[in-house]
Amino acid sequence: MVDFFLGVLSLAFIAQVLRITVPYALAAMGGVMSERSGVINIALEGILLMGAFTCAVAAHEVDLASAYEADNIAIGALAGALGGVLTAGLYALAVIRFQADQIVAGVAINLLAYGLTRYLLKLIFNSTANSPSIPGFGSSILLNPTFWVVVLIGVGVYILVTRTPAGLRLRAVGDHPEAADTLGVSVNAIRWKAVLTAGALAGLGGAWMALSINGFVAEMSGGRGYIALAAVIMGSWRPQWAVAACLLFGAAEAIQLQLEASNIEMIPNELTKTFPYVLTMIALAGFIGRSRPPAALGKPYESG
Amino acid sequence: MIVREIYTVLIALAVAVLAGSAMILLVGQSPFEVYKLLIVRTWGDPYGLGQVIFKSTPLIFTGLSVALAFRVGLFNIGGEGQMICGSFAAAVCGATLPVGTPWLIAIPLCLIAAMAAGGALGAIPGVLRARFGAHEVINTIMLNFIAAAAVLWLGNEFFFLHATTHTSEIIAGAQLSPFGPVADSGSAANSSFYMALLAALLVHLFLQKTRTGFEWRAVGLNPRAAENGGITVSRAIIGGMSVAGALAGLVGANYVLGYKLYFEEGIGRGVGFMGIAVALLGRNHPLGIIAAALLFGTLSQGGMAVSELVPRELVDILQAVIILTVAGASAWMQRTFARRRDG
Repeated sequence: MVDFFLGVLSLAFIAQVLRITVPYALAAMGGVMSERSGVINIALEGILLMGAFTCAVAAHEVDLASAYEADNIAIGALAGALGGVLTAGLYALAVIRFQADQIVAGVAINLLAYGLTRYLLKLIFNSTANSPSIPGFGSSILLNPTFWVVVLIGVGVYILVTRTPAGLRLRAVGDHPEAADTLGVSVNAIRWKAVLTAGALAGLGGAWMALSINGFVAEMSGGRGYIALAAVIMGSWRPQWAVAACLLFGAAEAIQLQLEASNIEMIPNELTKTFPYVLTMIALAGFIGRSRPPAALGKPYESG
Repeated sequence: MIVREIYTVLIALAVAVLAGSAMILLVGQSPFEVYKLLIVRTWGDPYGLGQVIFKSTPLIFTGLSVALAFRVGLFNIGGEGQMICGSFAAAVCGATLPVGTPWLIAIPLCLIAAMAAGGALGAIPGVLRARFGAHEVINTIMLNFIAAAAVLWLGNEFFFLHATTHTSEIIAGAQLSPFGPVADSGSAANSSFYMALLAALLVHLFLQKTRTGFEWRAVGLNPRAAENGGITVSRAIIGGMSVAGALAGLVGANYVLGYKLYFEEGIGRGVGFMGIAVALLGRNHPLGIIAAALLFGTLSQGGMAVSELVPRELVDILQAVIILTVAGASAWMQRTFARRRDG
């Protein structure tokens, strides 16, 4: 028990929380952007996975060519974001251009990411389970420049969504597309931008996962995209609260790891993992304040 | 109307075959050879055919589950969790019954257990939707994870054999016989396929011929009009989600009662999500669902069949491309046809 408290009070624990939270937060910020524009984003899970994969491939190639570790991380992060943008582009093509059902298309993108990463894993690295090791982050997250870049991105997204004219248009398109259209705002152009930005953010989240475990492992997103989606709802579609929900989920996960390490089992380990999901259901039922989605969420728009 | 649906499916299949060919060329194989092998090794011999039927059976159940909910205006993405609960309940029931229980009692009891467990999990998002207006899509996604975790905990704590992740074997009376026509081929096909066909027929009759079925469809088309017409919308929502859950729970009949004879961690993974694809491709019609389930069952078995030439994940890519194109093409065609009619 003493072990546990000493563990939770340490700087290492805070670092652990942040390390777990980063991919959740990046994907959740992407989720906020996309959903505030009116596009549901179940595809976050697949985008995270594709981002992790493209990051691992690029970092591996650069690793063979360059002697500088910083190059690997920068190239890997950019490649992850690019992989995310491409995946999100396919999703946007289906749901914005062709107006496919957003939930069905999201599930399909996730299935595609799962199959495609495994297929390419065999093709590129001749492996069924993981990529070769790539150079990744060192141990200290607070001294890690990538972490601070992520923090800056977070502040940027917050300002963009809540404090700028672009953010106002984004929210207008998600709540009253007809009204926005009447005022000369191109609804689908903004939705495209929002979904592609979501792809870049979630793809970067995927890159973070690959860089922090030094490689790609099949199915490594492991439901994180759905947890990010849960955080978007918990945070009532507002970026700052969505990130706060991610921190809460990250802390819960870190505490669980700490409990496991200290051999304490108050609640069975299998069940503590469900914390984010249970909390989201409670929030959605309106027991923790009202969590109200954008009015036009999930509805395709065609200019008349 | 029908023509449009057929066009949609044909476009999707064509796009999938093209995308698949590109993936096959990428690994330096001949698309023609791979597709030929995929068909010959599934529909070409009794074993392959049996395996296709075995893999299609759960997809019929989950496809019906999604389609039924859809007709009531609900989106059930919870097939994954409902299927796990149903399979687990069927296994626990089948293993706890006294050894000599005759099949006429044992099999119905196990099926009821599967339906009750799946139905209970389906009822939760139904109640949350009807009482609190909470959207069932998010709740069913969340419940997939919660159900998987809860079953794992129940198993580890009470039901799994020591140091394994599976339950003990069900009694002989609860086991389903092999599927007649390919019984000697060594495939896993079993008589739950008949149950799936029967379920498709019953769902169809229920929706089209009964009063409750009519009320549920009315709620699906226009809840406000239905409410004004004297239909209790909340009852239809809770009922629809429960029956959808029960249908997905029946997947346990195929995997547990017909094949593995026990519940194992990870059993049937993915068939809940694939049910969405099956319902979509089958256009929510029972015959369409059976056909779509057979197609996806063929792909799923075909992946193994061609794995010596290309990674078997090729079929996951094909499936995803089919879903994306059907979803896109059907919305697109609907608009094109509507525009042509209007002007």
